[in-house]
Amino acid sequence: MLLTTNEIKINGETLSALPQDLYIPPDALEVYLETFEGPLDLLLYLIRKHNLDILDIPMAQLTVQYMGYVEKMKIIKLELAADYLLMSAMLIEIKSRMLLPKPTEVTEEDDPRAELVRRLMEYEAIKLAAQRLDAMPTVGAEIQVASAYYEHISQVKPPEVSLDDLLEAWKNVLKRAKLNQHHKLGRAELSVREHMSQILRRLNTEKMVAFSALFEMDDAALPKLVVHFLAILELAKEGLIRITQQAAFSPIYLQLHSGPAE
Amino acid sequence: MRDLNSIGEMKQVLEAALLTAGAPLSLDDLLKLFAGKMERTTLRMLLDELKQDWADKTLDLVQVASGYRFQAKAEYSEYIARLNPDRQLKYSRAVMETLAIIAYRQPVTRGDIEQIRGVAVNPNIIRQLQEREWIDVVGQREVPGRPSLYATTKFFLDDLNLRSLAELPPFEEFTQAEIPLSE
Repeated sequence: MLLTTNEIKINGETLSALPQDLYIPPDALEVYLETFEGPLDLLLYLIRKHNLDILDIPMAQLTVQYMGYVEKMKIIKLELAADYLLMSAMLIEIKSRMLLPKPTEVTEEDDPRAELVRRLMEYEAIKLAAQRLDAMPTVGAEIQVASAYYEHISQVKPPEVSLDDLLEAWKNVLKRAKLNQHHKLGRAELSVREHMSQILRRLNTEKMVAFSALFEMDDAALPKLVVHFLAILELAKEGLIRITQQAAFSPIYLQLHSGPAE
Repeated sequence: MRDLNSIGEMKQVLEAALLTAGAPLSLDDLLKLFAGKMERTTLRMLLDELKQDWADKTLDLVQVASGYRFQAKAEYSEYIARLNPDRQLKYSRAVMETLAIIAYRQPVTRGDIEQIRGVAVNPNIIRQLQEREWIDVVGQREVPGRPSLYATTKFFLDDLNLRSLAELPPFEEFTQAEIPLSE
């Protein structure tokens, strides 16, 4: 959006053109105004740009200039932060307080500008400090930390699974099975071999299966679980599967014994 | 492992550990290398010697907030930087100003930062600095809302090659304190 200069008044005079030192190509104006980090930053810019004395700020002049910028921001619909408007109000308040008759003894604290000056100077110092920090060499950019390669030899052997661990796991399976136990009479035709291949087939596709996951069946009747468990033991005995556990009490995993037996 | 007898051997152990660490090692870390058979004062002396030994080589042994580390001498940094040309990340002015306030005025709340900068603090700014591990929350101010108090971390000092906050450029350099407020 283009900026029309004839709406801008400085010291009561309508500006026919943007001042030379303020001339910014209209396209760049938005970007330019966005570079201000806030009202204090804008005020500092105006003070420095127009060589105003920060310790004796001509409030009328500064306020007009500040409002001019805020107006421009409004025109280009830059999202005007409340902070800018708050500062407008503060400037106007200071300006009007300065018009009040002065007490006979003027002390520093009585100067309505004192707080504003203090904040401007503090902000300016922080601005400079930020620039200095930014220029300091940092790790990751200008500082390269030595880190010669060192091979950490720490062969972690998976712990052996003891029979007790397996038994404990088995008991847990039984305990869980009891919760949905049915009593069935009659002879169930259960083949350990069949279960062995069932397990092998599952390990073929899933590579690694948790011990407990093998017992998650819909029709988990006790005899079936027992056969399943026997099948696992048989598979282990025949060296077809490997049973591992990362640490004591952690889940036990089963996987195919990777070998020529495939 | 055999006992280390000569000073030379002890320095070599220190050197190998520091070169492979990739991050600063504290005196306590370095003491572990010698399994309790080393005095702190001796260790400091050895580190000083090691520093001298490297004086005319390509790396500097420097002390930062978290401990000791080897780093490339400054004259090589622009060459090495060419290996990672994309990694030059630059923080915005808002981030740097916030960092400066936290560094020089810590511990501070968001309110303190807003007061000094005159604008609301974008939560993103704080997050960026926290992700870099340059700042963290050190407590809450006992006022309504219990706002978090932010301070800079050891990593911040490490990354800026500093041993302590006292090594930051003095804040007085940035103020115009010498100019009297009235004539």
